[in-house]
This record gives sequence, structure tokens and C-alpha cells, in this order.
Amino acid sequence: MKELLSGNEALALGAYHAGVRVAAAYPGTPSTEILESIARFEDVYAEWSTNEKVAMEVALGAAYAGVRSLVSLKHVGLNVAMDPFMAASTTGVNAGMVVISADDPGIHSSQNEQDNRHYVRLAKVPLLEPSDSQEAYDLMAYAFDMSEEFDTPVLVRSTTRISHSKSVVDVSRRRVLAATQVGFPRNERKYVMLPGHARLRRPVIEERLVKLAAHAEGSPLNRIEWGERSLGIVTSGIAYQYAREVFPKASFLKLGMTYPLAKDLVRHFASQVDRMIVVEELDPFLQENIEALGIKVSGKEFVPRIGELNPSVVEEGALNAGLLAGTAPRQKTHVDSKLPRRPPLLCPGCPHTGIFFVLSGMGKRLKLPGAKDRSLRKSTLTITGDIGCYTLATYPPLSAMDTTACMGASIGQALGMKKAGVDNKVVAVIGDSTFLHSGITPLVDAVYNQGRITVVILDNGTTAMTGHQDHPGTGVSAQGKETEAVHLEQLVRGMGIGDVRVVDAFDMKALRSAVRSSLDSAALSVIIVRGECAVRVPRRSAPRVVDTEKCDQCGTCLLLGCPAIQTENGQVYIDTTLCVGDYCTICQQICPRQAIGPTVEE
Amino acid sequence: MNNVDMLVTGVGGQGVILASDMIGEVALAAGCDVKKTDTLGMAQRGGSVISNVRIGQKVWSPLIRESGVDILVAFEKLEAARWVDYLRPGAVAIVNNHALPPLSVNLGDERYPNDEEIAGILRQRAGRIYFINGTESAKKLGNVRTLNMYMLGCASLLLAFDVQMWKDCMSRRIRSNVLQVNIAAFDLGRKEGLDVHIG
Ligand SMILES: Cc1ncc(C[n+]2csc(CCOP(=O)(O)OP(=O)(O)O)c2C)c(N)n1
Repeated sequence: MKELLSGNEALALGAYHAGVRVAAAYPGTPSTEILESIARFEDVYAEWSTNEKVAMEVALGAAYAGVRSLVSLKHVGLNVAMDPFMAASTTGVNAGMVVISADDPGIHSSQNEQDNRHYVRLAKVPLLEPSDSQEAYDLMAYAFDMSEEFDTPVLVRSTTRISHSKSVVDVSRRRVLAATQVGFPRNERKYVMLPGHARLRRPVIEERLVKLAAHAEGSPLNRIEWGERSLGIVTSGIAYQYAREVFPKASFLKLGMTYPLAKDLVRHFASQVDRMIVVEELDPFLQENIEALGIKVSGKEFVPRIGELNPSVVEEGALNAGLLAGTAPRQKTHVDSKLPRRPPLLCPGCPHTGIFFVLSGMGKRLKLPGAKDRSLRKSTLTITGDIGCYTLATYPPLSAMDTTACMGASIGQALGMKKAGVDNKVVAVIGDSTFLHSGITPLVDAVYNQGRITVVILDNGTTAMTGHQDHPGTGVSAQGKETEAVHLEQLVRGMGIGDVRVVDAFDMKALRSAVRSSLDSAALSVIIVRGECAVRVPRRSAPRVVDTEKCDQCGTCLLLGCPAIQTENGQVYIDTTLCVGDYCTICQQICPRQAIGPTVEE
Repeated sequence: MNNVDMLVTGVGGQGVILASDMIGEVALAAGCDVKKTDTLGMAQRGGSVISNVRIGQKVWSPLIRESGVDILVAFEKLEAARWVDYLRPGAVAIVNNHALPPLSVNLGDERYPNDEEIAGILRQRAGRIYFINGTESAKKLGNVRTLNMYMLGCASLLLAFDVQMWKDCMSRRIRSNVLQVNIAAFDLGRKEGLDVHIG
């Protein structure tokens, strides 16, 4: 049966048909939909783990116990999970274990750009790269078989464009469950990595790599597509599609298994073509591995190593390198750079807006329309931030975030700044899902080392940024079942923090007084700002309206950055189709002229 | 069917992705090869959304080359102008005559281009430009959220698929309690599209 599936859906279905029984993940664009798709199957155990490291450990435990297991994560998620990933490589896996890493070339929705293919050299494990949804689907069964045959975790590398493109998949398989017994075969020398045991594993790993390299030579994932022999292109992943389109006549060595490299196959291909190039996204991973064989090859000389590729970029590189006859591409109009941009915003009724308005005001950062820019350096507050929807508070008009590095960093950074001796009060702001992911240990550190900082936990009851996944604080599992909820205030108090306040996210007065008291406090303080995500829990009633008689156009309400508050010919008005009404009322609370109120139902 | 490369664009929350998904599904049902891909920046509302849909005998890249787009369907005016470099000379543009000013415009930091400017930008590449009042028509049907099906109705005039195939796809993809109003929006889009001679 043919279906139009995204790469993520295809990876999930492929894993399901390959008999996966345990799947663990932490959400992260562009990987999130893999676990969401698998969680719909009732005969799979699927969980949102607290973070990627835990997900990797859960999957490893399942694999040890004889069950095929899957981890899916975004590129930076593998940074977090690297310790257990190395362990998995060292001990081997018993039943099949596949890790899907979805990289984000072009940084569509991430904090950095990194090419996770490099990790397989460090971990000495095989790497598979699909180039469309059909391959993504087919590859999973292959990956699990390979994992078992070679007793190794297998890394499957997707990218945003693979994960988030839909293409036609012939769904040819059915779910097959391995006949293996569930049960953990105790074996200390394999599973207890005391130094003496770990030393025994080293030669096993090196031998495994040699066997995998031999396997790669004959793998059906690697294939030659002959065209004209004047140009041979080595490529993998989505870059294959772009190259096929831009070079319709060339010969191709299409690699689906990109590590260890099929060296003889590459040598053979190189010997048959006049000129060989590599077309790959991000770093020269294939190129450098091929160069190490002493083969002359080029690629990154004209295909950019920064950002996402597309057919236009590949074509431009090819023209510049003289690989394609023809003229330079059409002149751009550059219209886009002159048009107003449309960055994403905090939604109308977002529970993050109020607290950032307060922080921005107290930090003297707000700027009324037409007023001169205040120097940010003069702010009396330093606000270390974290990752989530709330990172959007960095943009004007709120301008209320000073750092965002990686998940969980806000608290440690705040502590570091304070210990470094900055005069400013330092506030760390972190979302609920992010706090549970990696904010707990730094907060314990702040307790232990007596950090005089304020930590604001934004509890909107969901992982909003990545599309509203549940997390350990929500009381609902990845498969929609009711479960235990971790209570943030109990957790924080249990660490020994006395100064803990819980505030309604839509009560501006309470927010102001909580922030003021916490900033004045000589001890470590925590404010939990609670209010449900407006998208997740859509409630609408009595949208607000502006009384144009009372309104004097001071522009204060515009400083919230609420998308429902707009201007037309200098007059502020509220878009009633966007405003959530009674549920929020923040604009009404901050209006100095009391010019905002509910619409009166007729 | 000849190869068709389409861009569907708008603002987060307008239903661009569902509409472009449905184009892909109908094309598949008609036996074509299809690839489609969405770019929506951070997975948030309110930002620019762009879907590439490619239909043909064999499609390689899911992304369309610059100067390669045959049909642009824009749910918002400013977003229509943004993608002009992707249009091939002579392309068709269907533009919802509706403005959603970004925050920077509301704050007075940037200016929303006027209709003349938007048409002028599109004319640099497009052969035919249709401005249609989709938002108004959807409002008249009592549900602004049906705009995407209205736009799909207009776009369907340029694609050689049976009307029934679109409706079958709508029944599969749209919740039953709002199915009727969405079908009505699709029909109205087709009708009003014909009125301005799309096709
Ligand atoms: C290591 C890592 N894993 C996952 C992500 C993707 N990601 C970014 S923010 C975020 C969580 C956001 O949830 P929360 O902190 O509750 O804030 P909200 O978006 O709900 O405001 C996730 C999963 C990431 N950036 N880094």
C-alpha cells in the first residue's frame, strides 16, 4: 500500500514493523514526531523520558533484556546522551538498539548547527543515512538486524529535511517480533564496566569495526547508479536528491551506510570516473574519510559547509566550480530583505508574557513606541535564560533574556555570574519541561553552594515549544495514560529551599510582588509561575476591547508584544478573533488609563 | 500530468500545512509521485510558514529551486511578496487579499507594504496574479478557519484532479463536526476563483 509519509512517520513505522518493543525519547525538533508516531501503537512501550541521557539508558536496559529498542533525539540531544551512548558501544547491546539522531542544518529550530555524523567515529559504531521516507522506512529493519548481528548500537542520521518532508512510501512489511526470550543474560565481563572488563571490550570493538567495514562493501544500502563517466558524485542523505536533480547525467555512488566507509567500493567508483566529487550537507565527513584513502576528491571547495543545502545552492556551487555548463543563476530581487520580518511570537494568552513584562519593567528595559533606546547595559537585572517558547521574550518589546546556551544552563550560569561578583541581581528563567530535563542538578548545586540568585520556573504544564508533549510534571504519559505527576514545589522544597513562591501567571500584581520580594531576599529563592499554555488549553471568552474614548495611545499595552494587540492609523485595537479574553486580561491589568475591558455580550 | 511545483504560504495558525498536505494526498491518489516539505521556523504560531509541494512522474528534491515555482498560493499578502525569487517567469499567483501585520509593524518600527507595492513585487516574476477575498468569504461562511479550504478550492482550478478526489480527501482529514462548512468553503473558493477566471 502506498502512503504519503513524513520521514519521521516512516522511521517510526519502519521500527514498529521491525519489532521494536521499547521506545524512549525526549522531544526535540525535528525528531519529535518519531516517538509520537510510535506511541500510537499499543503493543509498544513508548515513553517521554526526563531527558535524552535517561532515554538512552532506558533503551539500553531494554536491549540488554532481549528486546528491540529505539531512541530518537535531536542533534543536541545526543550531546546530552553521549555518556550512555559510549557505554552502549562499549558493552554491546544484546537485542537490537537503534538511535535516531535528527540534525538541523540551517538551524531552523535549534540553538546550534552540528554534524552528528562525527560521533560515530568517536563511538565506533555504524552510521546509516536515509535520503527519503521510503529509505527511512526500509532502513529500520536493516538497522535492527545489523545491531544484533554485530552487537552494537546503530546510529541512524536524519535531518530536518528528511524528517519533515513527506514522500511516497510503499508500506510492504508487517510487524515481525523476534522469537528471542525476554530476560537479561547476566554476564559481568560484558555488562559491568570495571576497568578490567572495559579493557577486555576494547579489542572486541575494534574487531567489530573491521567486520562492519567488510559488511559495508556489499551492503545493498550502498549502490552505484551509472551515468556519464566524466563526473562521479559520492553522496548521501538529502544531498543525494539535490545532486540527482542538479546533475541529471552524472554517475552516482549513493551511500546509505556512511560509516564505516565501503573503501573498495569508493576506490572502484573513483577508478571508473574522470572526476569525483562529494556532495554532502554540513561538514566534509565523507570527503575527509575518502581523502584519507589517498583518493583525489573535492566537495567542500564549492558546496557550503554552513547551513542547509537545496538544489539552488548545489547548482550555484556546481556553476562556480565549472561542473555545469551554463550561465549563473537568475539575479535575485532581494525583496525579502526589505520586507518586514515575521518572527514567531508568544501567543495571545501566553502564560509567559506577564512575568517577562514584569522582569523587563523592573530591569528597566521596556521602550515605549517612539522613545529612545535604553542602553541594555544599564539594566539593573541580569536574566539568564533557557530554551523553550519563552526564549522568544528575548525579542523586543520585552527584551527580557540575556543568555540562552543549552537546556538547563540558566541556573548554573546565574550561579556562575553571582560567584564571579556581578553587582546586578541575577535571575534565571527556565520552563517546566526544561527544569525537569536538566535544571534540577544545577539548582541542587545552588543550594549546596549558597547561590544568591532567583530562579523562575515557568510552569505551563506542557512542553510547548516542540508541540505540547507531556512531561514528568503533567501526570499524563506519552501514550496518554494517567500517571504520577512530579510536583515542582515539593521537589524544590525537598532540596532545602525555603523561599518558594507559587504565583498565578495572569495576576500581574502578584507577579510584581513575588519578583520584588524574591529579588530582595538574601537567600536562594524560587518563583513558580503557573498558568496553562493557551494553545494546549484553548479557552476563549469575552475578548477584550479598547475604549477609544479613554485610550490616549500611550502604547503600554503594545509592550506586551501580544499578537492580538494591533494598531491601525495610530489607534490601538484588539483583534477579537485572537484575544483569549477572561482567561488572560494582562493588558487590562497594565493599562494606565483603564481603557481596556471585556466586550459586552449583546 | 506535467510536473507542477507549488508554494503554499501564510502565517502560523492559518492552516497552510493541512492544505498542502491535502494537495499531496490527492496527487498521490491520482497516481503521481509527490514530495512536500514545510518550513515553519520554531514550532510556534504567528511566524511565516512555507510549504513546497512537488508533483510529477518522478520527483527528486522536496525543495523547489529558485525561479522554479509554477504556482504560488498565499494566504496572506506580505507572505506572497516574500517568495518572489522562487517564482519562475510567468508563474501564477493566487493571493488572499488580507493583511496580518507583524509585530514590528504594530510597534511602528517597520512599514507594511501597500497593495501597489505587493503587486509590483509579484509582477517582477508572475505572469498572472489573482487577488481574492478569501478571509472575507470564509467569515461569511461563519468560520474564518475555513480559509485554507477556500484557498484550496481556488488552487484546485489549476490542478487537473477530479473534484471528488478533493472531497474524499477532506472527509479523511477533517473532523466531521466541521466537515460541511469546510466543504462549503472549498466549493466557494472554486466558484469565486472561476469568477475571476483562475484556471
Ligand atoms: C538537549 C535538547 N533537547 C531538546 C531540545 C528541544 N527543546 C527546546 S526547548 C524544549 C522544552 C521546552 O519546554 P518548556 O521548558 O516547558 O518550555 P515551553 O516551551 O513550554 O515554554 C525542548 C524540548 C533542545 N533544544 N535541547
